[in-house]
Amino acid sequence: MIYIEHMNNIDRRNFLKTAAIGAASLTLGSATVKAADKPLSDDRIGILVDTTACVGCRHCEWACRTAHGLPAGELESYSDNSVFKEYRRPGNEALTVVNEFENEKNPLLPVFVKSQCMHCEKPACVSACIVGALTKNEDGSVTWNDDKCIGCRYCMVACQFQIPTYEWQKSIDPHIMKCDLCSERRSNGKLPACIEICPNEALLFGKRSDVLKAAKNKIKRKPDTYINHIYGEHEVGGTTWMYIAGKKFDKLKMPPLGTATAPGISEAIQHGIFAYFVPPVTLFALLGTMMWVTKWKKTNGSDEPKGKLPDVNDEKEK
Amino acid sequence: MKPLPVKKNFFSLGVIVLAVLAVNGLAFLSIRFYSGLGAVTNLDNQTPWGLWIGVDVAAGVALAAGGFTSAALAHVFHRESYHAIVRPALLTAMLGYTFVAFAVCIDIGRFYYIWHPLIMWNGNSALFEVGICVMIYMTVLYIEFLPIVTERFIGKVNFPGALAAFNKPVDALLKLLDRGLSKTMFVFIIAGVVLSTLHQSSLGTLMVIAGQKMHPLWQTPVLPLLFLLSAIAVGFPMIIFESLIASKSFRLKPEMKILSNLGSMTVPLLGIYLAFKLGDMFIRETFIYAAKFDYTAWMFLSEIGLLLLAFLMLLSRKTSGSPAMLFTAASLIIAGVLLNRFNNFITAYKPFYDTVTYYPSIGEISVTIGCIALLVLIYRFIVIYFPVISHEKK
Repeated sequence: MIYIEHMNNIDRRNFLKTAAIGAASLTLGSATVKAADKPLSDDRIGILVDTTACVGCRHCEWACRTAHGLPAGELESYSDNSVFKEYRRPGNEALTVVNEFENEKNPLLPVFVKSQCMHCEKPACVSACIVGALTKNEDGSVTWNDDKCIGCRYCMVACQFQIPTYEWQKSIDPHIMKCDLCSERRSNGKLPACIEICPNEALLFGKRSDVLKAAKNKIKRKPDTYINHIYGEHEVGGTTWMYIAGKKFDKLKMPPLGTATAPGISEAIQHGIFAYFVPPVTLFALLGTMMWVTKWKKTNGSDEPKGKLPDVNDEKEK
Repeated sequence: MKPLPVKKNFFSLGVIVLAVLAVNGLAFLSIRFYSGLGAVTNLDNQTPWGLWIGVDVAAGVALAAGGFTSAALAHVFHRESYHAIVRPALLTAMLGYTFVAFAVCIDIGRFYYIWHPLIMWNGNSALFEVGICVMIYMTVLYIEFLPIVTERFIGKVNFPGALAAFNKPVDALLKLLDRGLSKTMFVFIIAGVVLSTLHQSSLGTLMVIAGQKMHPLWQTPVLPLLFLLSAIAVGFPMIIFESLIASKSFRLKPEMKILSNLGSMTVPLLGIYLAFKLGDMFIRETFIYAAKFDYTAWMFLSEIGLLLLAFLMLLSRKTSGSPAMLFTAASLIIAGVLLNRFNNFITAYKPFYDTVTYYPSIGEISVTIGCIALLVLIYRFIVIYFPVISHEKK
């Protein structure tokens, strides 16, 4: 299903590119088309965050900073609980953060929720990026390409989870910063840093289909502990990171989102306006005809030379 | 009457004020290039786009719409009597788009990569569509302007000293260019109109992908249509506005016959936009948000109120006859569309995690005002040295 949909998109996109190049340089056929995104693998990654198992040690924050070369400080300093007083968002110096929420069932054991890029199945940022600097990889991760990005920050406007962040203090080479699922570590056969360090099995890493099954089992086995909702299973068409919790997700500051994919309407409009370049070309032909007809009407009632092409310098000759 | 350079001194009191504003803007701009966007703007990770995108880019593109609406009127529909307004409108569009490109260049973090969209394509991206269309349209506008340059210099090429030997060949080249341009110009004129309809609407598609982050009063799948219709509606008022200011500033007789006709033509164009805008509100039943009468609701109501007021003004015959009334109506429409773009990109953007409410900083406002001042100065310079404004020879 995903594969079929994907092929349609590729065809349409390729056509768009070919047609655009053709129109620009009048050399149809010499189009160089960017290698199309690969279809998502059935073995793509899934990660489950069990918010009832997280103890808020914030070791994942430290590991993430260390793995991405960001100023991390001492691991011991992360046991300071005062940071929980204010709600924090992932930023350009912390790609993941943990926040504390009240637990009505047991006030002594607050709920902790880790936030980072969700790695959407159909990411808005990838659809939005003007130069295609963001890629949805076969393995499910969404990664950013330093060599392409122009720093327009449209990905930040598009993302429903407000994840991509920007290095505002830099005038040269500012980066878009977000979780990349530790693509460098994984290429060396290692797990993402946060998952490796998590001491409490709050993070479950595996194939998305397996992880989803595990999540459903957990909810089935402990219906008193969990609410029957896997956040990320269907939200914006599904995400790589998924959450289970003991209370409603809007109480954990997770945006209430529908199941429609984020770029759905936008892409439909975009491809509607440009459907195989038919509308623009039709408009061009229509206006050309109109121009010719009105000119013909004018010349057949005046002494202007006939058959002359209309031009902006008309007024000069008079 | 034909287009002639305006006989007038470039310098005046107003010019000095504008120059000061421009220098002030450029000073803040230098900080942006030295210390990054964070040093000058109030933008943050929750509000990635602000005044520069909402006003300099989005409103700038809308207010430059006079270029394509007048080209369509005078050249596609061959209403010869409107030729007098084509050149000023073309100049505004050309300068307007140049400043839009400039604003994009200062707003994007990696300004030195601004050429990337030319070779790195993403057909799914509305921004890619806008970017490419604006680049091509800007080129088209410069080509459309070339005949004005050749007209200025043909027969008047006069290099000093030893270079005088080049006078004849350069003149011949200009004539050749002029002939080639007048034979092919119709292609560029139509292309200009097509490109404008495309990117004016795609500018509306831009915010659709923001989904729930955009306030329901503005977030609608018909945004592209609303953007296109409002751009068409603001085209003629913008020409009226400039033409009346220019005739006041240069002490020329205003072209009231043409301008009042443009005013009457604005009535149906504005009416269509308002019908769609209000229709969209009723179909999606978003009036419940407007009836809250909070800050957001007032911003929405004022944008519609300004346009409705202008619409009612233009319905009366008195308005199109009097320069002052016509100027007021045109200004209201311009303000309404400007506010609409500001609202779409800034007021309506209410993300889920909104830690700090965004207000444009002094630096952002200074740069925006500086850019407008610089644009007006260049406009004045060009109409003094090139045959743009039609008037009687004194």
